Amino acid sequence: MIGTNPSSNVRTVSVLVVPFVLMFGIYVAAHGHYGPGGGFAGGVIAAVAVVVVRMIVPRTLSERFFPPSLALWLMIIGVGLYVGIALASLFLGGNLLDYDELPLPGDPAQQRYYGILLVEFGVLLGVCGAMVYIFDLLADVLSSSTGDVPQQPLSTSGDSSPASDAEASR
Amino acid sequence: MIGDVIAAILILAGVGFLALGVIGTARFPDYYSRTHAVAKAETLGMLLVFAGLLVTLRGGAGTAQLALIALFSFLVNPTATHALARVARRRGMTPWHKDDPR
Repeated sequence: MIGTNPSSNVRTVSVLVVPFVLMFGIYVAAHGHYGPGGGFAGGVIAAVAVVVVRMIVPRTLSERFFPPSLALWLMIIGVGLYVGIALASLFLGGNLLDYDELPLPGDPAQQRYYGILLVEFGVLLGVCGAMVYIFDLLADVLSSSTGDVPQQPLSTSGDSSPASDAEASR
Repeated sequence: MIGDVIAAILILAGVGFLALGVIGTARFPDYYSRTHAVAKAETLGMLLVFAGLLVTLRGGAGTAQLALIALFSFLVNPTATHALARVARRRGMTPWHKDDPR
């Protein structure tokens, strides 16, 4: 499952698509005010980009692209941003998540716009980190309990029995 | 008017191919042929539906987004089915032969 020798087709298409998946995640999160989407959906889409990279390249490379500790930090920063803005507006004299109390530029409508954008960004980071963290946990459990997928070369004959191939490769 | 007719023809053709893909997924005997039905029929059907929607939009808002969605599904859908079939092959799943039971 993790870095399992994908074909060059899968590798090439993934390399082409992953940056656009990340961009689409941020697009969905930024349009959460007035369109379908929001921080949660955008975070999940951004996490999909990381998970695709985890699945197509070896573990060492994908951990250089997105270290496992970064997932934890993203969760902390995301939740901190959300709770920080909520409590800041509370302490500045408004209600919880009352954006127009915040020291943001513009009239109250624009202040709410930017406040919601900041909170959605926090949700994006938190959800992205949590999704990648869950994937890493599941991948660790899977690779430590059963071992990874048996790597057998593609045989050209086509009628060799799978069990004997797996035994021979061990 | 003529644009609506073209859009309707494209979307109906696309829905026809999607229906063929669904029938193939339900009726084909083994994993590989089902994957093949999904990959080919759904890619073409989806592209036709998107082409019909693009004709409907007439270059208005959302054209670029729709074109990008069409491009990426055209790239990703066959790749995903290729990866699925390849994993099955590597794990040693044997294809269905003519005399096997369904």
